[in-house]
Amino acid sequence: MPEIITFYLFAALTVVASLLVIGQRNPMYSVMLLIVSFGGLSGLYIQLEAPFVAVAQIIIYAGAIMVLFLFVVMLLNAPKEDAADWDRTHPLRQPGVTRWGTVLAGLLIVQLTTALLAVREFNTPVGAQSDASTVNSVHDMGRSIFTRHTFAFEATSLLILVAMVGAVVLARREGDQ
Amino acid sequence: MIPLSHYLILSATLFAIGAAGVFLRKNLITILLSVEIMLNAVNLTFVAFSRFAGDLDGQIITFFVMTVAAAEAAVGLALVIALFRHRESLNPDAFTSLKW
Repeated sequence: MPEIITFYLFAALTVVASLLVIGQRNPMYSVMLLIVSFGGLSGLYIQLEAPFVAVAQIIIYAGAIMVLFLFVVMLLNAPKEDAADWDRTHPLRQPGVTRWGTVLAGLLIVQLTTALLAVREFNTPVGAQSDASTVNSVHDMGRSIFTRHTFAFEATSLLILVAMVGAVVLARREGDQ
Repeated sequence: MIPLSHYLILSATLFAIGAAGVFLRKNLITILLSVEIMLNAVNLTFVAFSRFAGDLDGQIITFFVMTVAAAEAAVGLALVIALFRHRESLNPDAFTSLKW
């Protein structure tokens, strides 16, 4: 029972915070709310017996990536969106498009939900078929990354190098040498 | 115990919220944040299936997705800064011309 309560608590926290992220006009509030959303996801990961992912979610996402976003928001002193202009000119705000788009999106959600609920295998409890100790070991995960997934790991290091150089080149002022 | 389908529905909801954010918002930073929401929705699916199947690979790919998200955020924000210098605006409609 406490499991069910915490699941719905974290799920509601995540969904509400994510909705507020895209509902804000001030990007500063959006970044803060996304950190709340990541906190909720981290709780779900702990419930799924994935402590490494939960901790990485807090340290990497909330701690590093979101701070990077905050830096940029503060650095640019980003202006708020112009609400009137947005309402007038946005293509999705045209009457016909809005109605059909909403109907189609609603139908898609209904269809996905019924399809997921119809698969009997997916309705068995998430931890019923496997032992928690097979997935919650950081030791096994590290071993797997550095043996079976060595190539992906090395490719990631190259990716980060390229991203680092790219960020420096892109953000440089054009006149600088 | 929570059924797997609940995690999948939650993940689909989060992905839909992220996609809606990309389409509806007119602020480059909020659009990048919406992309992060979508990446996290996919991460949740991977971890849920990892627990369901008793296989660690789902968590390992989550680790790689996080790395890619960090790289994407760094490059994306560098682009935002470069674009803001040119136009003093974060509205994507300000960047419709390829050359100025």
